[in-house]
Amino acid sequence: MNTSITLADYAHARAGDKGNILCVAVFPLNPDHYQWLKRELTPERVAAQFSGRRPASIKRYEIDSLQALNFVLEGALEGGVTRSPGLDRHGKSLSYLLLAMQLPPPA
Amino acid sequence: MTNIIHIGCGAGFASDRPDATLRLARSLATRSGKRYLMLELLAERTLAEAQLRKQLDPNSGYASRLFDFLDPILDICLEASIPIITNGGAANPQAAALSLRNKLAGRHADLKIACVLGDDLLALGQAHFQQWLATSDLPGELVSVNVYTGADGITQALEQGANIVLCGRVSDPSLAVGPIRHGLGWAFDDWQKMAIATTAGHLLECCTQVTGGYFAHPGIKDVPNPANLDCPIIEVSADGDLVVTKAEGSGGCVNERTVKEQLLYEIHDPRRYLTPDVVLDLGQAQVELVAEDRVRVSGIQGHPRPEKLKGLAGVRGLWFGEASISYAGPGAVERASLAREILQQRFAQLGPSLTPWIDLVGVASLFNDQHGDYLDKRLACPPVVEDVQVRVGIVDENRQLIEQLQAEVESLYTNGPAGGGGVRRHLSESITTRDFLIPRSAVQTRLEWY
Repeated sequence: MNTSITLADYAHARAGDKGNILCVAVFPLNPDHYQWLKRELTPERVAAQFSGRRPASIKRYEIDSLQALNFVLEGALEGGVTRSPGLDRHGKSLSYLLLAMQLPPPA
Repeated sequence: MTNIIHIGCGAGFASDRPDATLRLARSLATRSGKRYLMLELLAERTLAEAQLRKQLDPNSGYASRLFDFLDPILDICLEASIPIITNGGAANPQAAALSLRNKLAGRHADLKIACVLGDDLLALGQAHFQQWLATSDLPGELVSVNVYTGADGITQALEQGANIVLCGRVSDPSLAVGPIRHGLGWAFDDWQKMAIATTAGHLLECCTQVTGGYFAHPGIKDVPNPANLDCPIIEVSADGDLVVTKAEGSGGCVNERTVKEQLLYEIHDPRRYLTPDVVLDLGQAQVELVAEDRVRVSGIQGHPRPEKLKGLAGVRGLWFGEASISYAGPGAVERASLAREILQQRFAQLGPSLTPWIDLVGVASLFNDQHGDYLDKRLACPPVVEDVQVRVGIVDENRQLIEQLQAEVESLYTNGPAGGGGVRRHLSESITTRDFLIPRSAVQTRLEWY
């Protein structure tokens, strides 16, 4: 039985770019799910989800007072807004690549 | 009574909506106390483009839509004593000031227009820059060199009575820090206060991104009247209370979610966000909905501003080409995939030095990558889609080669899989940017009055 959930049903997120660096801030829709999010949304899992972009590094910042996780992926934007041949040169849509992740459900 | 000032932001980028700016000006005019209106009109690459326009015409080089935003609000703001602060001066704030004077044709003779200058270091020449730029050789012609300056010049201009402050490259949050310092008399080295002011500027700088733009997700995050989002207004009190709200009367919303998303937008380390005015620490920040469309932000910390400023150089020499052909109906994914394979083979024959990016829009595009890894993963278990666009993207210095590869896409009309239609081609110059750090002491901001 597949019991995993799609993150978009449990969290919201916003993506931003600076040069070739992507950042995605993620927040639980239900504040009670913050500890679950912290436990399950690991940098390793995010790295696997973004493997096609071959980021040079992934950092996760935790801001408990905002119940937020901020992911910073260096080198994930194929050169960024002035160099990428891609359709979304900013990477604005990539918050939803993260929200497409399948995770074990909260308790 | 506590002194409260109001800062509204009427534009978050050059393609924003002037009708919302007008509603903001009207809304600010009904408020009492000191009020300011900021307009953020520059992106990382727009300054380089403005510099190129200035080279062709010395009376040009300011944000091309500056007056679309300024014209409708000028009388309202001047009558209500609301100073306007903008970076829409871009590569040529003086030309923007002169153009404004010409437009007014003698009206508002007592209007004081200040230009904040000193961010533009292009005149120093390329050789001068090699010491700051990380690489010793640039791939092409240097077209712009600008430093993200802080709020000092804006505050000075307001203290000297400016009604309109035209800046070039200034750090986006500084467009609010300048007015807040002026309105509340905060000192530049009161780091705690500068952090609060910078947070206000950071939340305002993308305009409607804090009032329901870049936010709606039907059924999960709904936004009222999303076709007419209202611009944000931030109230800051002398004791450092910060409340995010918006212009009244139309659409959008301010809630804990919109504010949290924008608070962390494009922030890397939230405990150490470097700006010219302060090192911002959001590690203890809190947001709280205090009334409908009113959110208080607290717990902000600040540390002394950095000794070095960030600069951005614009470099010419690259071209960005796109071409696409589309397939619909039964077998659309299979035919589009075949078109992709044909193109890959043709490109390898014609330009082996280049590996163009290929998407199948409808199957995988936005999430795709240079190597097509994501697309291949999707094609392993293809979705049922009956409308697919094969999109090729190329960035290279060889414009001719790009045009040749674009022609290859168009040739699929007669040489490709069945039912290929709707070819589109686009080619434009791609000005790339390089950032660098420069000692604060090497940059002198100054004011000019018009």
